[in-house]
Amino acid sequence: MIEVDLHKRLGDFSLDAAFDIGRTGITALFGRSGAGKTTLVNMLAGLLRPDSGRLRIGGQTLFDSSKGVNIKPERRRVGYVFQEGRLFPHLSVRANLYYGRRFAPRGERYVEPRQIIDLLGLGGLLARRPATLSVGEKQRVAIGRALLSEPRLLLMDEPLAALDAARKSEIMRHIERLRDEVGVPIVYVSHSLDEVARLADHMVVLAGGRVIATGSAVDIMSRPDLSPHTGRHEAGALIETRVAGHDTFGLTALDFPGGVLRVSGLDLPLGTAVRARIRARDVAIATSVPHDLSILNVFQGRITEMIPSGAAAMDLQLDIGVKLWARITRRSAHELGLAPGREVYALIKSVAIDRHSLGLALPPRRD
Amino acid sequence: MFALTELEIEAILLSLRVAFWSMLFSLPIAIAMAWLLARQRFYGHALLNGLVHLPLVMPPVVVGYLLLLLLGRNGALGAWLWDWFGISVAFTWRGAAVASAVMAFPLMVRAIRLSLESVDIRLEFAARTLGAPPLWVFATVSLPLMAPGILTGAMLAFARGFGEFGATITFVSNIPGETRTLPIALYSLTQVPGGESGALRLLILSVIIAMLALFASEFLARRVRARMEG
Repeated sequence: MIEVDLHKRLGDFSLDAAFDIGRTGITALFGRSGAGKTTLVNMLAGLLRPDSGRLRIGGQTLFDSSKGVNIKPERRRVGYVFQEGRLFPHLSVRANLYYGRRFAPRGERYVEPRQIIDLLGLGGLLARRPATLSVGEKQRVAIGRALLSEPRLLLMDEPLAALDAARKSEIMRHIERLRDEVGVPIVYVSHSLDEVARLADHMVVLAGGRVIATGSAVDIMSRPDLSPHTGRHEAGALIETRVAGHDTFGLTALDFPGGVLRVSGLDLPLGTAVRARIRARDVAIATSVPHDLSILNVFQGRITEMIPSGAAAMDLQLDIGVKLWARITRRSAHELGLAPGREVYALIKSVAIDRHSLGLALPPRRD
Repeated sequence: MFALTELEIEAILLSLRVAFWSMLFSLPIAIAMAWLLARQRFYGHALLNGLVHLPLVMPPVVVGYLLLLLLGRNGALGAWLWDWFGISVAFTWRGAAVASAVMAFPLMVRAIRLSLESVDIRLEFAARTLGAPPLWVFATVSLPLMAPGILTGAMLAFARGFGEFGATITFVSNIPGETRTLPIALYSLTQVPGGESGALRLLILSVIIAMLALFASEFLARRVRARMEG
């Protein structure tokens, strides 16, 4: 359990953050730039001294202004993966990876260096110097270096910001495996909903230095009242599914409580838990069973809520077994005579759900 | 024609010895001072910075005289050193090394401080999140990254020590075999009739030595940089 209650004033900006994080999984610290995300993680790492408050990790107090406790960063055992990697340029990859290991208490080691090096695919890079690595490789080394120092908490501050889409996806696959196989709690700072949808189990939403929501990623990403903070165009729902089959047309069927969602082929074994983010703007509405239509994903449901969105749009919350959001024009809503309680059909284009919107969910815990 | 005379060899070896020891002893102090000035904020920061730079802007003779007042057998510090340790630096080659070190100190601190300021402090933060205490971080991250600047500073100090004249002659005088370094020997030759050819030989010698030192430091700097870029 990580308990955070920290306050800091920096010029005109003030940060007040209080929330708890579980011992496992990835917690996304989400917010626009300037929301105070980096300020907060720097305080968690001990690189920035809060004005007041408390910070506890696994029962140990790292900061408590009322008791005058402020553990130095080198004694916190909080790993930090920086946006720019920050590898030591004069050391080899191997020396970078092992830099913090000598300081990790022997009795509390849980990381096997060889396993991490294999997991992150660093075996062939060990003798190289950081200057000769690509941006993606540097970031993988930075993640490995933080893990080999045996952290009790791993902070990642927008580790993918400098990468292109293909590299992002590759590193996210590595981070998913770390979460599942290493089991260190991760605080993942991001302003990208795609990354959060794919990786996060929990979410803390920051805006203007305040925590405006905390909870499970699935719940928070499906809340339209947060869309001013998460981005209006990105508003939508997160649905937990399971791979049910692959067809000969290159589509994968995902089972969920509302039926079967067909998406572009996923190279995943049957039964794999997958989270799909469905943007409200990718969902259309019909009032009768549609015929002669290219859209494969049609779900029957009921309108539970209608919220005007912007000048001309209307957001509909639908219950199709799970919560779903649809964004249509107000004109359509009027012409179709839509109202809460009304039975409708939700139409989702398969190709609208791309790989970036799909994440491997945290597997069920064995303990 | 260019077989070196005994006096020339003596002057060169003495100059090299003075320059080497003055450089070696001021190096750790200069690194500590550079760290203090670059990485710490404290009351009197500007004053200390000014003090360090003083030898650069004061006439060398004034510095030499100040050293004599301070470190002479009857000086404030000199008397204490003599009473407690039986050490006196006045009118010895060690005194010449002290004078060189003081004169070269600002150059050395400047070069090292510049290199420390160019070390990304965020790398030091990263090292601390990995569990390394500050002194370890300095020794394993900051210091290696400062290597080119330290090399430049040492080289500058060495050159300054090799050629130091004003403060040296004022502080430790002109004693053959003890404090008559190459520039002082050259000066002495220009003061006696018929000394011109000997002075010219020393001039050529000092040019050669200076060039050799430059090449050596350039070579070292290139190797350090090559290592860094791997």
